[in-house]
Amino acid sequence: MSARRIFARPARFAAIAPYVWMVLFFLVPFGFVLKISLSQTAIAQPPYVPVFDLTEDFAAIKAAFAALSLDNFRLLVSDNLYVLSYLRSLVVAAVSTSILLLVGYPVAYGMARLPRRWQSVAMMLVIVPFWTSFLIRIYAWINILQHDGLLNKILLALHLVSTPVVWLSTDSAMYLGIVYSYLPFMILPLYATLAKMDPALLEAASDLGAAPGRAFWLVTFPLSLPGVVAGVLLCFIPIVGEFVIPDLLAGSDSLMIGQTLWLEFFTNKDWPVASAAAVLLLLLLLAPLLFYDRLQRRQLEDAR
Amino acid sequence: MAEDAAKSVGDTDSAKAGPPADAVRAKPEPPPGATDGPLLRIEAVVKKFGPLRAVDGLSLDIKSGEFFALLGPSGCGKTTLLRMLAGFETADEGRILLDGHDIAQVLPHQRPVNMMFQNYALFPHLSVRDNIAFGLKRAQMPRSEIATRVAEMVALVKLEGLEKRKPDQLSGGQRQRVALARSLARRPRVLLLDEPLAALDKKLRESTQLELMELQRRLGMTFIIVTHDQEEAMTMADRIGVMDTGRLEQVATPRKLYEAPNSRWVAEFVGDINLFEGPAEAAEGGRLAVATKDAGTLIVAAPPNPPTKPLVCVAVRPEKVKLSRRGPASDAVHAHAINRLDGVVTGVSYLGGFTTYKVKLDSGAVLRSSMANTARLDIDAYNASQRVVAWFAPDDCVVLEQ
Repeated sequence: MSARRIFARPARFAAIAPYVWMVLFFLVPFGFVLKISLSQTAIAQPPYVPVFDLTEDFAAIKAAFAALSLDNFRLLVSDNLYVLSYLRSLVVAAVSTSILLLVGYPVAYGMARLPRRWQSVAMMLVIVPFWTSFLIRIYAWINILQHDGLLNKILLALHLVSTPVVWLSTDSAMYLGIVYSYLPFMILPLYATLAKMDPALLEAASDLGAAPGRAFWLVTFPLSLPGVVAGVLLCFIPIVGEFVIPDLLAGSDSLMIGQTLWLEFFTNKDWPVASAAAVLLLLLLLAPLLFYDRLQRRQLEDAR
Repeated sequence: MAEDAAKSVGDTDSAKAGPPADAVRAKPEPPPGATDGPLLRIEAVVKKFGPLRAVDGLSLDIKSGEFFALLGPSGCGKTTLLRMLAGFETADEGRILLDGHDIAQVLPHQRPVNMMFQNYALFPHLSVRDNIAFGLKRAQMPRSEIATRVAEMVALVKLEGLEKRKPDQLSGGQRQRVALARSLARRPRVLLLDEPLAALDKKLRESTQLELMELQRRLGMTFIIVTHDQEEAMTMADRIGVMDTGRLEQVATPRKLYEAPNSRWVAEFVGDINLFEGPAEAAEGGRLAVATKDAGTLIVAAPPNPPTKPLVCVAVRPEKVKLSRRGPASDAVHAHAINRLDGVVTGVSYLGGFTTYKVKLDSGAVLRSSMANTARLDIDAYNASQRVVAWFAPDDCVVLEQ
């Protein structure tokens, strides 16, 4: 297809717009980060070498290329600190996503079975928290969970505990914050698949001898799997890179990779290692995405 | 929900079924002691949706091995009645007896009744084979028997070679067959069919009608079909129940329904009809003379039960109305041609096998006549604006009360 034909019609131009966006705002910045990840830290401005200077001659640029190395990546995979950070991120994301699925599925199922009129109300209630800044909502949780916060006051008033419980700076607080923040991202795709399911399918299952619980596992759940996969990916991927919630609600004894990255960049001023950590994180998250893509492609092939 | 589901994975669904349901599911033939009564008895059943009485005190008996059609306009309650038989709706009043047992307390998944859904409701994530086997697996049938039964069903509906396809890889007609095979696989006591052919095109619908009849006769099963298509009901059913606003207007064989409707509503709903109103008087030969405003005095055969009111309605089907250029020539014809009406042809619709004419009578009323095109050449055809005589025999008229 020639360039002239691509631009011949507005529809074709609209089709390439997302690619232009991807190149300008994802691939180009990613190229910069990738280049820095292959550089060495230096006390300079910017704080790494080599620096490409296109005004110099060819030999200098060639020398700059030769100075690039994979040292930062070797450091990342050999140093326990980074490996543990990655592992903790994956564990936190996996546990949170599991809790989110267990909480989100019944909510989405209940929403989908409401009368039409009430479904939109329920949808609003799920979306309403987005009207408040994310940071303010997390700070509100700090307020609730702190030593003399609302939760401890209630527990003491009900005589469920005799001394205030330490909630803040624990993993429980962090999981609470993550589940609270990401719940809409789990509920909405699940609701979308469950709401469009034909209720006659459940009647057919029942007609053919399946008790209600059986019908759920044999019909509803398998048919909601696309929603489950979408919700899981929408939650899992950003949680792996989560920085704010663990920083504000969890303790400081173990760090997620987002926090480690922040420390390298802002405290240690080690841009190359921070960049390498970011690149590795991206590669790590590419795996579930590729898996999802393959799954979808296989479904498409099945349908053919 | 999840807890309930987890529990039921281990145990059997059929174990929960009550003894009557289990007993009838196990045997295809009616259990002893129940053979003399009807297979299905519906007694004064009422179903209300808010202020609306969707089914309004309806009673009906259906015999074993019968092909029964519920015919009615949309919203007449026929689908609600079918859904009550399947157990998806519960009757507010009245009883439904299957083999003499009240099935009100039997849940849908425990009833020995299966339904073929209007839009088939095939499980999109399961193959043809797994769709058909779904009900058999729930009945805890041994694996080898399931395989045999599925193969049998696949052959029955001629779907060989498509067992591994998913529903969205099938044509409309093939999907219809899968739905049929799935609902027949458990060998239900009664098969309920909710507008089973509505989604098919005309040609396929007609051939499928014949196949369904053939299948029903071969399996000796009881079919109850819901349809708004009177031709479909007439073609397939042994008996038809015509429904309107939650009540059964008439239950009869197709022929009786068409030739001897019991009310003006049924006469107008089933097929085309010409209606003339007027006061009735006794005439010679046990006939009635009805002095109609539009067609003069019509001589008609007296109905078996004499009309209770003086004002009656004479109904005559278009194909019973013959047209001639002049009055019928021979005496033999003349003897039957007591009712003669003069008019002008105003409309001609050629429909292949027959032609329908609209005749404007001298009184101004319009009479419809339908004549078979028995000859290829149009020597018998009439043209618009041609003057004709329309005539019909007293025996071809039905007298209906208002």
